[in-house]
This record gives sequence, C-alpha cells and structure tokens, in this order.
Amino acid sequence: MSNIPSELKYATSHEWVRAEGNGEYTVGITEHAQELLGDMVFVELPEVDDEVDAGEDCAVAESVKAASDIYAPIGGTIIAVNEDLEDAPETVNNDAYGDGWLFRIKASDESELDNLLDAEGYANSIDED
Amino acid sequence: MTSKTVLHAKHLEAGAKMVDFHGWEMPINYGSQIEEHHAVRQDAGMFDVSHMTIVDIEGVDAKAFLQKLVANDVAKLTVAGKALYTGMLNELGGVIDDLIIYFFTETQYRLVVNSATREKDLAHIGAVAADFDVAVTERPEYAMIAVQGPNAKAKTATILDEQQQAAVEGMKPFFGVQAGDLFIATTGYTGEEGYEIVVHNDGAADLWQKLLDAGVRPAGLGARDTLRLEAGMNLYGSDMDETVSPLAANMAWTIAWEPEERDFIGRAAITKQRAEQSTDKLVGLVLESKGVLRGGSKVIVEGGEGVITSGTFSPTLGFSVALARVPRSIGETAQVEMRKKLVDVKVVKPSFVRNGKSII
Repeated sequence: MSNIPSELKYATSHEWVRAEGNGEYTVGITEHAQELLGDMVFVELPEVDDEVDAGEDCAVAESVKAASDIYAPIGGTIIAVNEDLEDAPETVNNDAYGDGWLFRIKASDESELDNLLDAEGYANSIDED
Repeated sequence: MTSKTVLHAKHLEAGAKMVDFHGWEMPINYGSQIEEHHAVRQDAGMFDVSHMTIVDIEGVDAKAFLQKLVANDVAKLTVAGKALYTGMLNELGGVIDDLIIYFFTETQYRLVVNSATREKDLAHIGAVAADFDVAVTERPEYAMIAVQGPNAKAKTATILDEQQQAAVEGMKPFFGVQAGDLFIATTGYTGEEGYEIVVHNDGAADLWQKLLDAGVRPAGLGARDTLRLEAGMNLYGSDMDETVSPLAANMAWTIAWEPEERDFIGRAAITKQRAEQSTDKLVGLVLESKGVLRGGSKVIVEGGEGVITSGTFSPTLGFSVALARVPRSIGETAQVEMRKKLVDVKVVKPSFVRNGKSII
C-alpha cells in the first residue's frame, strides 16, 4: 500500500492538495499515481497567472508508459509552478508529496475543498481501481 | 494461469514489479526502468529471457530444412557457433516470427524464437519439418540470462571458470559456444556488447546470484524495450507481424536472395514486392521537443500516411524516438498526431544508439 499522508486532501484523479495558509494550496500527484505511471520523463505545467476551474486539465505528466492529464482539484489562479521539474521530472517519482509538487493555486472558492477526499476516502477510492 | 520462469523468486528478492507478458509473469522493472537502462548503457545489466523458446534442430536434413524455413540462408554459416538473424515467413511474405539460428554442424542447429509466438512457431516449424528428416526438440529445461553493457563481458568473466573463460576469449559478435555447463553467445537486444547465456534451470538462480554479486544490475522488460528501440531492433508484434513484409520492417538485410534456386517459404511474394517496390518501409523518427512518440500514432508524410510501430522516450538521448512504417515517398521530415495536435518530427534511419553513443 502506498503512502497517503493524512494531512492532505485528494482528488479521485490522483492529485493531492496541501493547505499553505492564506487561501493558497500546493498540488501534486500521489505516490500511487506515480507508481502507476512509472518513470516520469516530461512534466508540462500551467503558466503562472493562469485561471483554472476545478476539474480543468491544466498540466501533463508524461512517463515512459503514458501521458496523463493532471486536473486542477480546485479553481483559482496559478501563483507558482515547480520549475525544477523541467530538468528533473524524476523528482515526481522520488518525492511525490515533497519536492515533486507541481503547482500552487490561490483558491477562488475555498468551499470547493469540501468536494475532495480525505486520506481514508482516497485510500478507499484506489482500492476500487 | 501465467507461467513463471525459474528466476521468479530472484526477481521478487530484487524488488521487481511483475507484469503479465504474453502469459509469463515477468519483471517490468526493479524500481526505475530509466536507471536500469543507464546501467546497461554505462556498466552492466542483466535480463531474464528464460521465457524465450529454444528449439534444437538435428538430422541429416537440418540444413535443407532451415533453407526452406527461413528467409536468410544458413549456408552462410560455416564456422561452428556462428549465428544468423532472420525471419520465418508465410507464403504471403508476412513475418511469422524473427529468430536467431546458431550453427554447430550441418546436421545440428539451435533456434531461439519469441515467447509470445511460441505455439504458432512450433506448429509452423513442425509442419514444415514433416517433409524433412529432422528432429525438432524444444528445450524448456534451459533458462536464459542476457548480460549486456560495456562492462558485461568483464563482469561475467569474474564468475566463469578457466575453461569457460578460454572458450569465450576473443569470441566475435554473433557467435555462441558451449562452455562447460553454459551455452554462451555474443548476442543481445540492446546495442551493447555482452552475452546471452543459456543455463540449465537447476543452475539458473545460482548464476543470477553470482552475476548480481559481480555487480551486474537486474533490468526489466521496460528497460529492455527502450534499449532495443534505441538500438533500432524490431519487436515482434509491434514492428512486424504476419501481415507485414520483411521489406517493410527493415529486415531486407536478413533475406538471402542468392542462390536464386533456393525456394524458401514466402520467396515468391517478397520477390514481387521487391521488384514493384510496393511495400512501405520502416524509418526512425526523432522528436527533439517535449513529448513522447507512442506506438499506434498516425504519421503524415509527403504522399500518404504511416503509423508509429514503436515509440518511446530515449533515456540515452533525452528525447523521444520511434520506429514508423511509412510510404516510400517519405522525405526528411514528417508530422505525427500527438494528443490531437500535429507535431513535426525528423526522419532518420531506424537506429539511434550504438555502444552508448548517438548515431542519429
């Protein structure tokens, strides 16, 4: 069973969300997702200042196996992207919940967080896969 | 019900992620297929290829039988141990399988064919053999380990006895020799130097462990695929199959047209294709920008359309490469449909990396 930190929120499409305070949220993909995808070779990130809606595809994680869309778990404005992934996409494999983060969003409506899963809910959702 | 090779427990011990590969439970990787790929390009890696099918051919008609069965001519083989790569064709000129033939004497040969095609291969070989005085014997009691990479031979040498070391000393590429209880061949599927070692099932785990202790890194099917694709080596079922001519699969070099009277199966069909230049051809594609070319994608070229037969990210080059079957009218560039967009790619010969270096 892969690691699913209890302090994060999750989307069924395998993104995680960490509250950073001040309405800002960091987004990445789960350890389970990176295991499914295998070695990452390219990560395409959104642009800073992009406006995204919850559920909108806004990034691509491309592994040796497949290209996979990443969906914004909540709507808002992109305020930062992890540029280190340009040269080191494998960081997503090695540290999915840490240095392998993808982008940071300033939430437009924090109530959208309620639509996400907690760790237990996400664990159940991947059990059903 | 999937089959397991005799090395199954060793894979689990090494932390392998196992997948179903045409009915065989095989390691896809042992953590990172890219790291395994680099280990083979830069040092030494090993693959369990025990799922492959070894077939021994013996009898007074062995040579004549193989001259009928395959497109290349085993008459080229005159030195004991010399190997030949070729295809078995059907009457329509499609590729039933690709294989390696080792020559021992004119009455004794060894074939190594693919695992995914085992049953149809054995049926076909058996049917053709019915008209010849030969015995066809599958050898499931043998496992096979491929040790590949610039340091593969040196690391393997540390675990061979003196007699075995002497047997492989100075052996040229594409040869095989029985050395004590091992059959050691200078063949492979990576574009690197190394050996493919046939070992009795009873000794396979011990050999694997010795190689591991000698610093050879286990590598899975994932790395095997990126390595062979970089080397421009075909994968049966992807780059060719029964509906594809060897002339459309970069296999023209594996066909012996002379002597003209040698009537191998499929000869009439491919002779006509050759004269009319009627088949597609296999080329290499290079995408130097972001993204990965994937098998099955449409390729748009001057005067027509083709298809990517195998595509991957090349860990050695740092960008994506692919093999594609396309009309002969293709120029120096083409476009590939990727995620609903058309992307420009360079067209090159279907081979990208040899001995660790780019050859694009």
